[in-house]
Amino acid sequence: MLTIDNLQAGIDDKQILRGLSLELPPGQVHAIMGPNGSGKSTLGYVLAGNDGYTVTGGTAMFDGQDLLAMEPEARAASGVFLAFQAPIELPGVNNANFLRTALNAIRRARGEAELDAVAFLRLARAESKRLHFPDDMLKRNVNVGFSGGEKKRNEVLQMAILRPKLAILDETDSGLDIDALRIVADGVNALRSDSFSALVITHHQRLLDHLVPDRVHVLSQGRIIRSGGPELARELEANGYADVVASASVNVAA
Amino acid sequence: MNQAAPSRSGAHLGAEAFLTRFRGLRDRLPGDAGARDRAALAFAASGLPSVRNEAWRYTSLRPLADTQFQEPLTEVSQAPVLGDLPELPRLVLVDGRYQPGLSTPPESIVLSTFADAPEFDGADTALPMVALNAMLAEDGLVIQVPPGVDAGTVLMLAIAPNGHRPIDFHPRHRIMLGEGARLTILEVARGEGTYLHNAVTTAAVGEGATLTHVRLQEEGTDAFHLNTTFATVAARGTYDAFVLTLGARLARTEVHARLQGSGGTIHLNGAQLLGGSQHGDITTVVAHDAPNCSSRQTVKNVLDGRSRGVFQGRIEVARKAQKTDGYQMNQALLLSPHAEIDCKPQLEIFADDVKCSHGATVGELDANQLFYLRSRGVPEAEARGILVRAFLTEALEAVSDDTARTMLDQAIAAWWERPQ
Repeated sequence: MLTIDNLQAGIDDKQILRGLSLELPPGQVHAIMGPNGSGKSTLGYVLAGNDGYTVTGGTAMFDGQDLLAMEPEARAASGVFLAFQAPIELPGVNNANFLRTALNAIRRARGEAELDAVAFLRLARAESKRLHFPDDMLKRNVNVGFSGGEKKRNEVLQMAILRPKLAILDETDSGLDIDALRIVADGVNALRSDSFSALVITHHQRLLDHLVPDRVHVLSQGRIIRSGGPELARELEANGYADVVASASVNVAA
Repeated sequence: MNQAAPSRSGAHLGAEAFLTRFRGLRDRLPGDAGARDRAALAFAASGLPSVRNEAWRYTSLRPLADTQFQEPLTEVSQAPVLGDLPELPRLVLVDGRYQPGLSTPPESIVLSTFADAPEFDGADTALPMVALNAMLAEDGLVIQVPPGVDAGTVLMLAIAPNGHRPIDFHPRHRIMLGEGARLTILEVARGEGTYLHNAVTTAAVGEGATLTHVRLQEEGTDAFHLNTTFATVAARGTYDAFVLTLGARLARTEVHARLQGSGGTIHLNGAQLLGGSQHGDITTVVAHDAPNCSSRQTVKNVLDGRSRGVFQGRIEVARKAQKTDGYQMNQALLLSPHAEIDCKPQLEIFADDVKCSHGATVGELDANQLFYLRSRGVPEAEARGILVRAFLTEALEAVSDDTARTMLDQAIAAWWERPQ
């Protein structure tokens, strides 16, 4: 589904990703872990097409398409979704209108019929209810006055409505209590299928107890330095990143 | 006579052509010739205001001075196309002249015209554009709402449909609300071709009365739109004004509003959406002459292309105007590196127990907001449109009349989808 090969990218003149390679097969959930500043969020932004970042080398193929050559909206239409670490506030933009505009833009790009206001609201209310969101979140302006947890849940609601093929969750668990965490995990688990994959960027093992990954990758200084099964996350939780990073440095030096 | 000479000298920018016209028309114009002569003297002394006039520092009338205008034809040969309009009682002016045949005044108002009973009071001819208006005014609407009457919403359409040659017209309107009366005026200006629409409006809001005055300025792209309003508000009265500036190559909406009795309220809100090389100027003076009054102003500018927006807002608080609550905010969104906003807030406060604040912001579309929308599949142009409308929302929320609000929303949507 997603094949990243030797990806190099940065912001301004600062190199952040230094040759990152990753294979995410269809139907799998992979976790990306790593210390602060290792490039986790940059990976999410680059895959979603934030033009604040410059790609200086490497490739990212998604469903056989050159992802890096596509506009952000085209990536979304082809099924890529980034749940933001810090969701953006849109004062003056109603959440329901925002979601409907996004859904219909994607449906239009895919040659599907648009949903009218009534059909959309039925869908949005059903998804909100499934995710235990209060109805009024749809009526408010996008993320304005939302608590940290509400913003994260709004990302999950968007994901549930837009139904991506590839979800990139950038620390969607940070700042959530255990109940909210479970709701986020359930939201992703509900989408799991042979045609859905997710990259879960996280600092904590906690989320991965509820959202069990097929693979765990450790990112350090812009590269993946170690990959393993779910047990790797527990090892990191117990021992921290220092050992992994140190042994990787030895390997690189050797 | 060399007509270019006075314009180049600057001291009497563009005055001579208008004065010559006035001398020819003087004996045929309605009303007090003495008042006309005094206005002509004032205008001869000032000419069109130049940028050396502090009040016109950011708005040059040079292109207006360089245009030769003519008197509009007396007869309107055929019914003009009025364009889309809401279903409301309407008062229509063509080239500044009231057209009873195109109008459907409501019974709740007492209507007459300037031509019937010329009245020059209430507007300060020390202001050059007001002097020009007083000199050449031929017609205009006189609207009275008797005490206690709720006259509902009335559409006032000023249209210049000709477009064949540059014409100028200087309508003069009066709006008077008796004690406790209510009226909403939705004033729309449209036209084609090159013309000067130089209107003066005086509005007197009686005790406890409410005048809601919503303006949609969508003049033709070659038009000059200069508009000066003088509003007075008696005790517990409200003058609630909004202007949406979309049209004209050069526009200025100037409002002088005065709170004369305790407990009065003035709202002078507005928005300008300008592109190409358009110039839009919103200039306001709010005078607090009485205690316990409040004034509110939020003006938002969206500027594309090489357009230039101007906001000048002065709040004057007299010594006796204690417990004044004044607020003013001007915000600009620049969609192009070549667009420009000039903002001049002024507070003159002589009372000691007042709450007055003002602020200004200038910015571009937020790159993070734009990316957020695009990452959800919204194409860039649509995303930009959503953010621009969101920016305008706070200003538009000041328009409480549903019909007016719908009309403004539609005008903004059409502006956004205009051919570039």
